[in-house]
Amino acid sequence: MTWWHRARTLAPRRRKQMEEQLDKELRFHLDRHTADLIAQGRHPEEARRQARLTLGGEEQVKEECRDARGTRWLEDLWQDFRYAVRTLRQRPGFTAVGALTLALGIGASTAIFSAVNPILFEPLPYPHAGRIMMIWDSFEGVRCDVTFHTYRELAARSRSFEAMAVMEVWRPAMTSATQPERFDGQSVSASYFRALGVAPVLGRDFQQTDDRFKGPHVAILSDALWRRFGGDSAIVGRQITLDGDLYTVIGVMPRGFDNVLAPSAELWAPLQYDAGNITDYESQEWGHHLHMVARLRPGVGADQARRELNGIALAKIAEFPRPPFASLQHGLMVNSMQGEITRGVKPVLLAFLGAVLLVLLIASVNVTNLLLARGAQRRGEFAMRAALGAARPRLIRQLLTESLLLTALGGALGIVVAEFGVEALVALSPTGLPRAGAIAVNGAVFAFALGITTLVGLLVGLVPALHAARVDLVTGIQQGSRRTAGGRQLTHRTLVVSEVALAIVLLVSAGLLLRSLERLFAVAPGFDAAHLLTMQVQYNGHRYDDDSARRRFLAQALDAVRRVPGVAAPAFTSMLPLSGDQYGVYGAQFEDGNGYDVFRYATTPGYCETMGIALRRGRLLDEHDTAGAPPAVMISESLAKRQFPGQDPIGRRVHVGPTNRPWYTIVGVVGDVKQGSLADRQTDAAYIPATQSWFADDAMSLVARARDDVTALAPAIKRAIWSVDNDQPIVRVASMDALLAASESRRRFAMVVFEAFALVALVLAATGIYGVLSGNVTERMREIGVRAALGASRGDILTLVVRQGMTLTGLGVAIGLFGAAAASRALITLLFGVSPLDPVTYLGVIALLAGVSAIACWVPAWRAARVDPSITLRAE
Amino acid sequence: MAAKSDLPQGTLDLLILKVVALGPVHGYAIAQRLQQVTRDVVQVPQGSLYPALHRLENRGLLAADWKDTETGREAKFYRLTRKGRVQLETGAASWQRLTEAVGLILQLSAGGAQ
Repeated sequence: MTWWHRARTLAPRRRKQMEEQLDKELRFHLDRHTADLIAQGRHPEEARRQARLTLGGEEQVKEECRDARGTRWLEDLWQDFRYAVRTLRQRPGFTAVGALTLALGIGASTAIFSAVNPILFEPLPYPHAGRIMMIWDSFEGVRCDVTFHTYRELAARSRSFEAMAVMEVWRPAMTSATQPERFDGQSVSASYFRALGVAPVLGRDFQQTDDRFKGPHVAILSDALWRRFGGDSAIVGRQITLDGDLYTVIGVMPRGFDNVLAPSAELWAPLQYDAGNITDYESQEWGHHLHMVARLRPGVGADQARRELNGIALAKIAEFPRPPFASLQHGLMVNSMQGEITRGVKPVLLAFLGAVLLVLLIASVNVTNLLLARGAQRRGEFAMRAALGAARPRLIRQLLTESLLLTALGGALGIVVAEFGVEALVALSPTGLPRAGAIAVNGAVFAFALGITTLVGLLVGLVPALHAARVDLVTGIQQGSRRTAGGRQLTHRTLVVSEVALAIVLLVSAGLLLRSLERLFAVAPGFDAAHLLTMQVQYNGHRYDDDSARRRFLAQALDAVRRVPGVAAPAFTSMLPLSGDQYGVYGAQFEDGNGYDVFRYATTPGYCETMGIALRRGRLLDEHDTAGAPPAVMISESLAKRQFPGQDPIGRRVHVGPTNRPWYTIVGVVGDVKQGSLADRQTDAAYIPATQSWFADDAMSLVARARDDVTALAPAIKRAIWSVDNDQPIVRVASMDALLAASESRRRFAMVVFEAFALVALVLAATGIYGVLSGNVTERMREIGVRAALGASRGDILTLVVRQGMTLTGLGVAIGLFGAAAASRALITLLFGVSPLDPVTYLGVIALLAGVSAIACWVPAWRAARVDPSITLRAE
Repeated sequence: MAAKSDLPQGTLDLLILKVVALGPVHGYAIAQRLQQVTRDVVQVPQGSLYPALHRLENRGLLAADWKDTETGREAKFYRLTRKGRVQLETGAASWQRLTEAVGLILQLSAGGAQ
C-alpha cells in the first residue's frame, strides 16, 4: 500500500466505509458462530453470549484491527488534532494565557536569534568568507594598524594570499546645488574588492595602474549612491567633483554588497600612496593607520599563513628597510575577518542569547504548570478514556498533540512578536553594531522559530502528559480522589522553584547593568554638557589646501556665529569629547625625555570656557596665544600628576607631536575630560591653540552655548557658517547631551534588553507562583474547611498558604543566587564600577522578588482565609 | 483431552496463509477450519484472528472481496495473493527446517550423549 493510499484513508468518507466494513465482518462472524451454536442445541441467548466471549472484546478486536491497518497513526493524528482544537476552543482563557506566554518566550528568542545569527553564526556575505583574514602589526602584544610600507613588503614577499589590501577612512565633500555634503568612503589599495571576492556590477574594478602615487582620480560608487545620482548605467565614465577635484566614476558595486569593514561607506577611491622614498620615516606611508585585509589562497590554512608572515616579519631584507617603530619584531597578528568583526560584540550577544533562553525556559515552565493543572481537572476524562480501551501511549500522544498545538499557536504569535522585537532591536541597537543591516526575520529565523516551537511543545507537554496518563482507573473516575495529587504537587513546586531561580538570574543581570549605567552617568565627563550644541565643519576644495586659509575661515566663521542671536561663546576644537572622534592621539615629550600618548586638542580661544572645563592651575589659552606668540599649551590634570607629581608644571616645556619644532610652554592645567567613553581611564591631554598647531585639521567641531533649546539654533548657526563659505559640509549636528547618551549606547542597549527580559521573567514567575498556590488552595478547600471548622483563625490559614508560597520562593531565590553569581561573570565586560557580586543589586533583587511573590501568594491566601467551612464540607 | 498448547509466536500468520491457500474463505470459516485442523490441540485465540487478517491484507499477502455466502449473506472473503503464496512457501520451508532441527536435537538427548 503506498503512502498515498494510506493518506487517502484519512479522508473521512473512506474511514467511515472502513469502519462499516469492519463492523460488518465481525457481525457476520458473531452471527454465524451464534447460529452454529444454536444448531448444536444451545439456547439462543446463551449462544450469542458464548460467541462473543470466544471472539473477545469486540471493541478491543476492532482497535487491534485498526492498528493492523497501519494507517492508524495518521488517523489518530487527525483525530487527536481535531480533539485538541476542540479542547483548546472549549477553554479560551487557558488557551490565550498559554499561547501568549509562549508567544513572549518564542518571540523574544526568535528576535534575539535573528539579531545574533548574521553576526555570530552566518558566514560573512562573501564567497569563501572563511578565507578572508585581517592582518595587524603588534606592539607588546597589543594590535595596531599597519603602515603602507609594511603592507608593500608583505604583499611582495608572502605567497599565502591571493589578494592583499589596505584601506583607510576617506570622507570626501561634494558641493551641489542645494547643500554641501560629506560622504563616508574608503581609500583602498587596488585589490580591496578582490580580497573580499566581490566585483563591481557596472564598469570595472580598481587596477594597479589606478593605485599609484599621483594617479588618476577615479571612484567606484555604492549601489545606494548610484541610485541617488539617478541610477543611470551611463554613469560609468562620467565625472563628479569631490573635494574640489574631478573624479571619473569607473564602477558601481552590486546592490547586495555588504561592506562589513565600513558599512556606511558609499564610495571608494584608490589609496595612491607613494611607494618610493621608503627611507623617509616621517612620511604618512610609515604611519600606523591602515587596516589590512587579505584573502588566503585555496588550500592555505590560517596557521600556515600566520607562520609565513611571522617568518617574513623576523627576516628583514635590504630591499625593505624598516624604522624602529615598524620593525615587525613583535610579530604580526593574523585573524579571520569574521572573528575581527564580532570581537567587540560577541560577549554581549552571547549574553543576550543566554538571557533570552532563560526567558523561554521560564515561559515553558509556566505553560507546563498550566497544562499540569489542566490535566488535574481532566483526570476524570482520562480515566474514562482509559477504561474505554485507550492505551497509555495513546493518551500521551493525545496530550502531546494538544501541547504542540498550543505551542504552535504560541509560535505563530511569537513570529509577530519577533517582527516587532526585531524592529525594536534595530531601532535601539548601538551604532557600530556589525552587520546591523542583515538583521531581519528570514528563512533561517523561521527555521529557528519552528525548531524551538516544536521543542518547547514537546517539553511542556511531556511532564503533564506522563502525569495525566498515570491515572488510576478506579480512583480517577471518582471525582473526589486526591491520590495522584501528591506527585503532581511536587512537580508543580519543583517547577515554581526553578522558575524563581531563573528569574533571579535575569533580575540580577539586569540589576547589575542598571547599576553600571547609573555609576557611569554619575561619572563627571569633565565638562558641562547642558545647553551645548555641537557640529562638525569640514574643509572642502583646494582653496583650503593652505593652512592659513583654514585658520582664516575659522576666525570668520566664529565671528559670524557670534552674531547669531541666542548663541554664546562659540569655539572650535579639533577633537570633540564623546563624539567618536578618535584620530587625535599624539606623543607628548617632556624636557626630561619622558613621553606619553595624549589626546591633542587644537582649539580656538574660549574653548574650555564654553565647554565648562575647569581650570586647575595657571591660565587658559586666550586670544593672545596667536600664531606669532610663544607656543603655549594646557595639559590635563592627570598628565600633570603623572609627569610632575607634587610639582608645579607651569612654565615647563613639552613637545606635542613632532619633536623638531619649538617647545610648547605649559601655561595651565585643566580638569580631566572623558574623550572616548565615560568609562575611559586615559585622560592625558594637551590643548594647543589651533593657530599654533603644526598642521591645520581637515575638520573642526564647533561648540556653542545656547540659552534654551540648543538644536533649534542649529539652522541659524549653519547659515552663519555658510555665509562665510557655502561649500563647507556641516555634519554631526547634535546637542552634547545627545552625544553623551550615544556614547554609552552599547551599555544602554544591553541594559534595556536585559531589563525587558527581567520584567517578563518577573511577571511570569509571579503568575507561576500565583497559579500553583491558587490551584493548591482549590484542591485543599476541604482541608482548609476542616481546619477552619476546628477553630483555625483566618490569620492562621493566611499564614499557612503564604508560608507555603514563600518557602517555594525562598528555595528558588537560594538556588537562583548561585546561578546569578555564575551568570554575572559573563557580563563582566559590560559592567562598570560594580562588582559582579554587588551586594546592593543582589539584596535589591531578592527584596523585589520577595515582594512580588508575596503579592502573588496573598491573593490565593486571602481566598483560602475566607473559606466557609459549612459550604466546603457540604460540597464533598 | 490433553491441555491445549499456546500457538508459537508468528505461526498464526502461517496457518492463516495455509488455510486461505485452499481457496477464498471468510473469517469465520478460517476460525472453524483452524479449530478442526488443529483438532483443538492448539489454542487459536479468535480475538487475534481478525487483527492478523487485517495485518496480512495490509502487507499485501492477502486480498479480500465482499461476496455472498451460500446463505445469501454478504461476507468478506480472503484469498492469497502472489506475494502471499511466496510468503507461505518460504514460511513453510523454514518451519520445516526448524522442526526437523528441533526434532534431531530432541532425539539426540533421548539417545543419550554419544
